[in-house]
Amino acid sequence: MALHFELVTPAKLVRSEDVHMVVVPGAEGEFGVLEGHAPFLSTIRDGAVQVYKTEGGAPETIEVRGGFAEVGDKGLTVLAEHVEG
Amino acid sequence: MASLKELKGRINSVKSTQKITKAKQMVAAAKLRRAQAAAEAARPYAERLSGVMASLAAKVSGDSAPRLLKGTGSDKRHLLVVVNTDKGLCGGLNANIVKAAKAKARELIADGKDVSFYLVGKKGRAPIKRDYANRIEKHFDTSEVRTPGFEEAEAIADDLIERFEKGEFDVAHLVYPIFKSALAQDPTVDQLIPVPSPEGDAGTAGDAVVEYEPGEEEILEELLPRYVKTQLFGSLLEREASEQGASMTAMDNATRNAGDLIQKLTIQYNRSRQAAITTELIEIIAGAEAL
Repeated sequence: MALHFELVTPAKLVRSEDVHMVVVPGAEGEFGVLEGHAPFLSTIRDGAVQVYKTEGGAPETIEVRGGFAEVGDKGLTVLAEHVEG
Repeated sequence: MASLKELKGRINSVKSTQKITKAKQMVAAAKLRRAQAAAEAARPYAERLSGVMASLAAKVSGDSAPRLLKGTGSDKRHLLVVVNTDKGLCGGLNANIVKAAKAKARELIADGKDVSFYLVGKKGRAPIKRDYANRIEKHFDTSEVRTPGFEEAEAIADDLIERFEKGEFDVAHLVYPIFKSALAQDPTVDQLIPVPSPEGDAGTAGDAVVEYEPGEEEILEELLPRYVKTQLFGSLLEREASEQGASMTAMDNATRNAGDLIQKLTIQYNRSRQAAITTELIEIIAGAEAL
């Protein structure tokens, strides 16, 4: 039971790992993605992506600016123009 | 015949030139590796983006498509975005890019279109100015940053899209070198605006119904400028790799030529030294015999 999560910027592939859940700041509100999520495409606003490695664990936050998130068969892909830090 | 001192001077001067070209070659080799790694790292983003673009563009078509995708409806005014390097010492790279740009411009003008240029990088300015001095719209300077990154691509794309929205041109082409190897960099002309429908696997999400938030058109509208940016970013990375590759090859040749020249001059130097010694000996012997 793991969600494959990828965070990509134009400069490099920042993350590619299996996690429990990711909360993405969508343009129309935050949404959490677990494994088996329905295919979904959304633009994102500037904000923090929260990555929950394990169920109930503390989230790791990554600041992103501009981009969109895609949920497909292969998991969640966040394409961001800038990633802080 | 040149005197010994002159020959010695020439040998030394060629030797120091060789030192410079050799150093530049090694610097280029090191930078090439970095540039290639950067180009490689940018690939996942571009691939994903064009995948999403392909699946969206297939869904949104017809009148509701944004202007960046369907164009202004005419194709009278063309803009050539020419990506050149900022520094020289890279063989025929810039000459080839300019040649490709001029060929495209001639072709478009022959078809009765208006052509203007948008130049990125320093080295394309002079040769294009010679032929099309009054058609140059803008120089975009990338020489102040050490390695052009996404910020530069973003600035260029924003500027281009603003011009497009204002209706300054109908079609934009991107002329840039594609890095094949250190020996070959092919100048390429690609259409940039209106964005050509990307080919590729349209069904990235399988057959399942994909939900869109906000809506398909809104997302596409956001996506297209990003796509243009990514294209430009890719061309900047290709340019970087091409520049270093071409520079490495050119400097390798220069170093080898300098080596040949040094060898030739050294032989000449030794010959004339030998000749001078022989003459001196003959003089001494002749003098001794006369006594």
